[in-house]
Amino acid sequence: MQPFTSLTSALIPVPYNDIDTDQIIPARYLKVTDKNGLAEGLFARWRYRADGSLNEDFPLNQPRYHNRQILLAGDNFGCGSSREHAPWALMAWNIRAVISTSFADIFRNNALKNGLLPVQVDKQTHSKLLALTEEELSSPQSFAEASAMPWSVTIDLANQTLILPDSTKAFFPIESFHKTCLLKGIDSLGYILEFSGQIESYEWSDRAYPFGVKKL
Amino acid sequence: MSKPKTLFEKIWDSHIVAQEPDSPAILYIDLHLIHEVTSPQAFEGLRQRGLKVRRPDRSIATMDHSIPTQSLSLEGLDELGAKQLQKLRQNCAEFGIKLYDLNDPQRGIVHVIGPELGYTQPGMTIVCGDSHTATHGAFGALAFGVGTSEVELVLASQCLIQYRPKTCQVVFDGKLPKRVTAKDMILALIAQVGVGGGTGYVFEYCGDAVRELNMEERMTLCNMSIEAGARAGMVAPDDTTFAYLADKPFAPKGHEWDRMLEYWRSLPSDEGAHYDKKIVVDVSQLEPMVTYGTNPGMGIPISQPIPDPALERDPDRRTAMEKALNYMGFQPNRPLLGQAVDVVFIGSCTNSRMTDLRQAASLIKGRKIANGVRLIVVPGSESVRRQAEAEGLDKVFKEAGGEWRFSGCSMCIAMNGDQLKPGQVAVSTSNRNFEGRQGDGGRTILASPLTAAASAITGQVTDPRSI
Ligand code: SF4
Repeated sequence: MQPFTSLTSALIPVPYNDIDTDQIIPARYLKVTDKNGLAEGLFARWRYRADGSLNEDFPLNQPRYHNRQILLAGDNFGCGSSREHAPWALMAWNIRAVISTSFADIFRNNALKNGLLPVQVDKQTHSKLLALTEEELSSPQSFAEASAMPWSVTIDLANQTLILPDSTKAFFPIESFHKTCLLKGIDSLGYILEFSGQIESYEWSDRAYPFGVKKL
Repeated sequence: MSKPKTLFEKIWDSHIVAQEPDSPAILYIDLHLIHEVTSPQAFEGLRQRGLKVRRPDRSIATMDHSIPTQSLSLEGLDELGAKQLQKLRQNCAEFGIKLYDLNDPQRGIVHVIGPELGYTQPGMTIVCGDSHTATHGAFGALAFGVGTSEVELVLASQCLIQYRPKTCQVVFDGKLPKRVTAKDMILALIAQVGVGGGTGYVFEYCGDAVRELNMEERMTLCNMSIEAGARAGMVAPDDTTFAYLADKPFAPKGHEWDRMLEYWRSLPSDEGAHYDKKIVVDVSQLEPMVTYGTNPGMGIPISQPIPDPALERDPDRRTAMEKALNYMGFQPNRPLLGQAVDVVFIGSCTNSRMTDLRQAASLIKGRKIANGVRLIVVPGSESVRRQAEAEGLDKVFKEAGGEWRFSGCSMCIAMNGDQLKPGQVAVSTSNRNFEGRQGDGGRTILASPLTAAASAITGQVTDPRSI
């Protein structure tokens, strides 16, 4: 897993609530047996029109938002199906963090396992970020070109803070275990295999179901 | 006396293999269910690291998501879908895992066959790369969905790295009115708490109304826990559970049964056990529920009008409702009753068992479905299909003008070509009404098998109590 320490990028706003994993990557893209080609399916129902043409209204299709690595979503991001293809597709688009006020459990877990950081912020910070994306749209392009990154935010994982362009900071929660794994790029399989001895003795103990090792 | 524990705590505590300070638990998994869509990358991961499956005897695989249901052959399946099934065959053969292959008489949807074959038992930890794994919680098991990386973890180690979730007691009080079902109970709960209302929690369903349910209905209830955002849903095991399990092929037998029974009886939550949260739902006035929008929380009692976003105070919720109504093409303040329907889908791991098919058939028997409506009935497993055929239910559906299929996920996820056309409205017994879930541009109204059957007969959204 690629380590995650800090990240500075402007935002890609997709600020709807309850974005489910069927929208992040529709089922027809799940037929792959590897992880290739998933960028193409990211938000496919919103990115393409019924006739297959690109929907230019959708942020991902606008040149302005290309090469950005932080997605700003509405509440309860990633609900629905457990498909890990959802974080894979986001990462295939080179997105490394999603900001929301809340995340669905399975999505959050899947994201952390792949080095995609779910950044959970309070409502107030979320509104400020939204306002930032709107302000960007109403400002002349020349302003953005003149100053280096007026719309960028920075995620500092070690300090669990999100730094806004006006230098205000917002704290975000993450379990210390996940944080360490992300900072060091440790993957969970490597971690769990260190417990092989304990797993073995658990299997032979009478705590194990049903009462010790038994072939099902 | 030791501290009183909930059902969840008893199972959780007895499955902790190790726990480092400040770290999540290493949780042992008793049963791992596998299907074609979320497993190929996990097996590939094992291969790349030269690992074996730790307990192939505790892993069961089936084909359900992308298989055709019109025939039992892979012909007509697109190339990628066929490749995925081939991969599953190859992976199961290579790693020594029992596969319920396409033509196996006991194959079916993963959450239907686990219980039906007796693999699913009280007190177990059960996972599957599928969010509706919560279904198995109906037996008093701790069952939840995981992603593909976690599928790989379980294959390699038979364990998961898990933080302990919080517990929420959901009490369904009162007696369920006639023709109101477990599906209506869970849709009502989700409408009440919202699609994120259960995030971080494991639900334990309690109360008289739950005790009255048979095992298949309890599975319907637990199945959609995830639609409320909950990690899992569970029902304490009781005599209903044990009677269901008694003659199942992989349930314990003889002396082993007695020993397990004693253990299972110790599982229900102790008097005075602590839950982090409690929700009470009175079912005595419950009506059949239908959804009007694009997430399972947008549900209303069938006699009520579609809510008006203008009256919603929360601006985010208002936008979500407007967006949903716009997609569905529905008007606020109008009833959903009488809305014309193009397709009725009876199936999915939520509602494709004998109880569901019998209920639907009881309304359809001797009637014809409305002109222009397409009724598709997809049993949850091959065993359900054979049983239904033995009872003549297939004839009931076919004579009414419906289609009777082989088992699979079918139009629940629309991966196998069974899908809505853009703009079509479906009444569906499945669990997700997300935009395009049942086919691009398709519009889904979630409902019980009774409401679905009633709607098929009239060609419009219909209250099953009026038939
Ligand atoms: S029936 Fe639908 S919800 Fe159930 S496992 Fe299949 S695709 Fe998933």
